[in-house]
Amino acid sequence: MTKLLLPPEPADKLTSPTSRRSFLRYSGASMAVGGLLLAGCDDDSEDSNNRIDVGTGDTGILNYAYALEQLEAAFYVQVKAGQYYANASAAEKQIFDDLALHELAHANFLKAALGTSAIKALEPDFSTINFNEKNSVLEAAQKFEDLGVAAYNGAGRYIESDVNLLLAGKIVSVEARHAALIRDLRSYNKFVDNDVVVLFTPTSATSAPGVGEGTGQERSKRPNQVVEEANVYLKEGSKISANSFN
Amino acid sequence: MDLFKLISEIEQVDPEIYGRIDTRRRVFKHFGLAGKAVTAAVLPGLVSGIFQRAYGQGTATALPTPVQDVLNLALSLEYLEYYFYDSGLKAAGLIPDADRPAFVTIRNDESGHIKVLRGVPGFTNIIPDPTRAAFDYSGGRGTGLGPFAPALVNDYALFLGSSQAFVDTGVRAYKGGAPVLKQNKDLLEAALNIHSVEARHSSHVRTVRRGLSAGQSGQAATTVAADLNNLSGKTGRPKSWISGNDGGGPSPTTNPSTAPVYAAGNPATGAATAIFYPAESNTTQAGVDITANTAGIGAASASEAFDEPLDPASVKSIARNFVAASTALFL
Repeated sequence: MTKLLLPPEPADKLTSPTSRRSFLRYSGASMAVGGLLLAGCDDDSEDSNNRIDVGTGDTGILNYAYALEQLEAAFYVQVKAGQYYANASAAEKQIFDDLALHELAHANFLKAALGTSAIKALEPDFSTINFNEKNSVLEAAQKFEDLGVAAYNGAGRYIESDVNLLLAGKIVSVEARHAALIRDLRSYNKFVDNDVVVLFTPTSATSAPGVGEGTGQERSKRPNQVVEEANVYLKEGSKISANSFN
Repeated sequence: MDLFKLISEIEQVDPEIYGRIDTRRRVFKHFGLAGKAVTAAVLPGLVSGIFQRAYGQGTATALPTPVQDVLNLALSLEYLEYYFYDSGLKAAGLIPDADRPAFVTIRNDESGHIKVLRGVPGFTNIIPDPTRAAFDYSGGRGTGLGPFAPALVNDYALFLGSSQAFVDTGVRAYKGGAPVLKQNKDLLEAALNIHSVEARHSSHVRTVRRGLSAGQSGQAATTVAADLNNLSGKTGRPKSWISGNDGGGPSPTTNPSTAPVYAAGNPATGAATAIFYPAESNTTQAGVDITANTAGIGAASASEAFDEPLDPASVKSIARNFVAASTALFL
């Protein structure tokens, strides 16, 4: 019986997310295989796919956010260098000028807040996006903004400090404002749609509030899913993982 | 006793077991919290603790009062919004046809939020539906004679302005409530998933306002530029995000005014590591001056990049203007 228990290690080791991860890998395996018992916690933070792991705890979540904001900031730099932007209306130009500054502000802020704990500058791969073509740019912008919203919402539960939670909250609503406007640019009145929000349908035209199907809630995404979607736009050597947040 | 075998077996009959325990990862945390070493002697207590948490909470155990207070404030704001949009949709000729689908969507979203909030496990002190009669969207506290009275009659610009103020108050309120909800991760995520939808609503309403002030509607409304010199007032052209204090919002000079929607809460300032509630024009985050930290960014953009939370007392003082004096809402 004692073999399945954790070896008597210091408490800080037990609560470290890396150990937790290993522990759960073991627990999952033991359930599947049956005979494998917890032998110890090996501290393997390296990633088999040679990815940059964002780390653990609040630092990990802030780095995770930093990675996504870097991606967004780099995207809008490219947008502003492309032909679509050059020929866009004044309103669209202003929108992309604002978005570029907001995302750069987010990325730079997170980098400053992380200090020496910050992950390296990532190299994006936007080869699938045609920056000369409006639809291609707007489609990608929508993807990045929606992903950002879903990512912050899904990461909230991993944040330990109240102050960091509020900081994430201050950014995510701005990302949601961006996402809604880009969606309206693509298709008016689609600022919320069923792919990102679980739409609510009242039972009838005279239903009381709260009576119907759906929730009106954003479809948030956990880090492991977000990482896969973000990595499509990151070069080899700049792809990320968030192994402690599963 | 093989704990994992036990949990695995429970999983056969209760697929939600991990959700109840708080995700697979958190199972481990229960051990971490228990102390320096888990021994055979403490295991039975630990196991019972885990399952008490898993199956006790949410059914029999009420959520802590501060959490329920946050939920009731959120619920009150959702009712305020729901009946506002529902009344707007019922007012003949108020909302142009091109814009109606958006307000149906928003009204329905608020209805969904009401459903979600009312269904939170352990939320035992739920306020009853206050009904339309509890609200006075004129800002007259039940007299119907406040400055916003035409918003639900024939003044679409004022309707959009009121709408923006309500939804932006909601965004700030949810953000302010997040730290209180943090102790229950699923509840926190649910609130965050409402919070971002409120921000999407605000973005759209602001886009519609820009279009209206330029005499454009439908898809054409998206081609109207914001105007930093004309952010506020009934015919303002706000950005889809809050720039500075938005000049006090859609109706800064009336009583009640929309200025508090974008102003500081309480406490308004504090250390970088403390929770405080600055005005929307704030340009310093966690001790980092955003204007100095990013080349080429001015105060307006630095403030736009971050929305600010609001404390419950400030939220209530704003919302109280729109309920009948006789109700107990927002006290």
